[in-house]
Amino acid sequence: MMCRIVCMVVALTVALIQMPAAVTAQNGPLRIEITEGVIEPLPVAIPDLVAETPGSAEMGQQLSRVIAADLVGTGLFRELPASAFISQITDFGAPVQYADWKAINAQALVTGAVTVSGNQVTVKFRLHDVFSGAELGDGLQFAGTTDGWRRIAHKVADVVYSRITGEGGYFDSRVVFVSESGPKAQRRKRLAVMDYDGANVQYLTGSEAIVLAPRFSATGDRVLYTSYETGFPRIYVLDVGSVQRRVLESQQGVMSFAPRFSPDGRTVVYSLSQGSNTDIYAMDIASGAARRLTSGPAIETAPSYSPDGAQIVFESDRSGTQQLYVMPSGGGEARRISFGEGRYGTPVWSPRGDLIAFTKQSKGRFHIGVMRTDGSEERLLTASFLDEGPTWSPNGRVIMFARETQGAAGRSTLYSVDITGRNLRPVRTPDGGSDPSWGPLQR
Amino acid sequence: MKLKTPILIFCAALSVAACTNPSRFGSDAGAGTGADALGGANAGIVPGSASDPTSVAYFQQAVGDRVLFAVDQSTLTPEGQRVLDGQAAWLLTNTDFTAVIEGHADEQGTREYNLALGARRADAARAYLQSKGVPGGRMQVVSYGKERPIEVCSEEACYAKNRRAVTVLAGGLTG
Repeated sequence: MMCRIVCMVVALTVALIQMPAAVTAQNGPLRIEITEGVIEPLPVAIPDLVAETPGSAEMGQQLSRVIAADLVGTGLFRELPASAFISQITDFGAPVQYADWKAINAQALVTGAVTVSGNQVTVKFRLHDVFSGAELGDGLQFAGTTDGWRRIAHKVADVVYSRITGEGGYFDSRVVFVSESGPKAQRRKRLAVMDYDGANVQYLTGSEAIVLAPRFSATGDRVLYTSYETGFPRIYVLDVGSVQRRVLESQQGVMSFAPRFSPDGRTVVYSLSQGSNTDIYAMDIASGAARRLTSGPAIETAPSYSPDGAQIVFESDRSGTQQLYVMPSGGGEARRISFGEGRYGTPVWSPRGDLIAFTKQSKGRFHIGVMRTDGSEERLLTASFLDEGPTWSPNGRVIMFARETQGAAGRSTLYSVDITGRNLRPVRTPDGGSDPSWGPLQR
Repeated sequence: MKLKTPILIFCAALSVAACTNPSRFGSDAGAGTGADALGGANAGIVPGSASDPTSVAYFQQAVGDRVLFAVDQSTLTPEGQRVLDGQAAWLLTNTDFTAVIEGHADEQGTREYNLALGARRADAARAYLQSKGVPGGRMQVVSYGKERPIEVCSEEACYAKNRRAVTVLAGGLTG
């Protein structure tokens, strides 16, 4: 299922909606400042969406569970159990008894209704600031197909998250990754794409050949990856909608890997190994014309563009160990930005442009960390036997990565963690997972 | 053991100080590395078996198909050079074969870096073989990074065996 649904956003014109949205959203008490580090999650009540058509009760329940899972999964919200509710939401149009929700200490309340007609699902909802006794923002309506119902829930949760935190949402997004199965010495790898929460896994390749490090384009329409299907690592570009792929230009016997799209999707920056030397190149995808961006005998790999496309961060061992460098996207002089103890690799520029996430190896441990783009304010978010390959959520607030466990039974699992270092949690996938690449918020 | 003589002649001609009698390879570099030898490796004097000096199995087990590297290094050790001397001699005798030299890394590293490191290792082996007279056109290098460990424990004993460059033969007289 390629999620071909189009979700429509329509401001409800129901008579009860009167509060001007912007005022409460910006100045009201219902607000989470993510950067300050939340000590106590915000209590939220998410009653089952009211069924407005016969047989849509189950859908209403499922939708509210996904909305709740999204919000609670951020670590910023705590859901109040339905058993604690004093009043029930049975009529979406009826006035909310704020006192009843205040009494159970709910600070936010999400009410909604669902109609199912054929394979069409329509959800309308409102977010309430309980202590102000008012709505936070306008009521909204989303519509989609029944098999895309989870996306509707994610869209609702994105609005709730966004209005309360002031940040962009990230729930209605997908992640492309490598699905791993089989024993460590004969690991089978294939490309897969899933919803950000691990649901709706769809496989994009078979596991006949090793596939590595898929990377979404900025719009999520294409994926670049490395495959050994010819016996040598070569870069492929895959259209996510049609699952058609083609190999990028490369010389016989030369290895190319570690591709990433430029923000405009026209250029791929990647590594090419010739003899013992690995350098970074940029190729115009349409023409196949390639330009060399680094030279010298060191290993230069894992390039990643800044969101404005002007710069590239990459890793090089020119100093003797793997370190991070930033250069203009056309090549030229690179400046080293990592100076801490240990080795730094797999840098990825945040979609907000403010931070670079990386993998750090130090004293036999692996870490996922972030630093400012000039290398200052380094913070390590995780530590384990092997953490690797960070990717940013569309809003630049969460990082997903792969954690491999030790030993013969070692297994790779996807995890996510906030850039505050809080809320480390596994992403549930059918098999093992590695090399995640988080796509954009869907439209 | 007809081919013993040409091998020794080659070694002598190249003045390779480290050249050793092929009978030593079995107990030296080749020991324990024949895990993926072709079928029938120990079946006696069967052509294609390890007792046939022109066979892939012989190359893998008696000559030794792999060299090992120190952590983060792609410099050949003296022992590695001895193995490659044997490989060069064998390849120069058995000219029907081509070789793909596969570079590998242990799991202690990031994926992309290990791919590049494996390429360095494979290329170090290739360059050495070429310096011993094996034509460059008969060899290709490829890196698997940390994707294909042969040992799966997370200890140095396993890592040491995974940091390798393996010369994989192709072509030759089949059978």
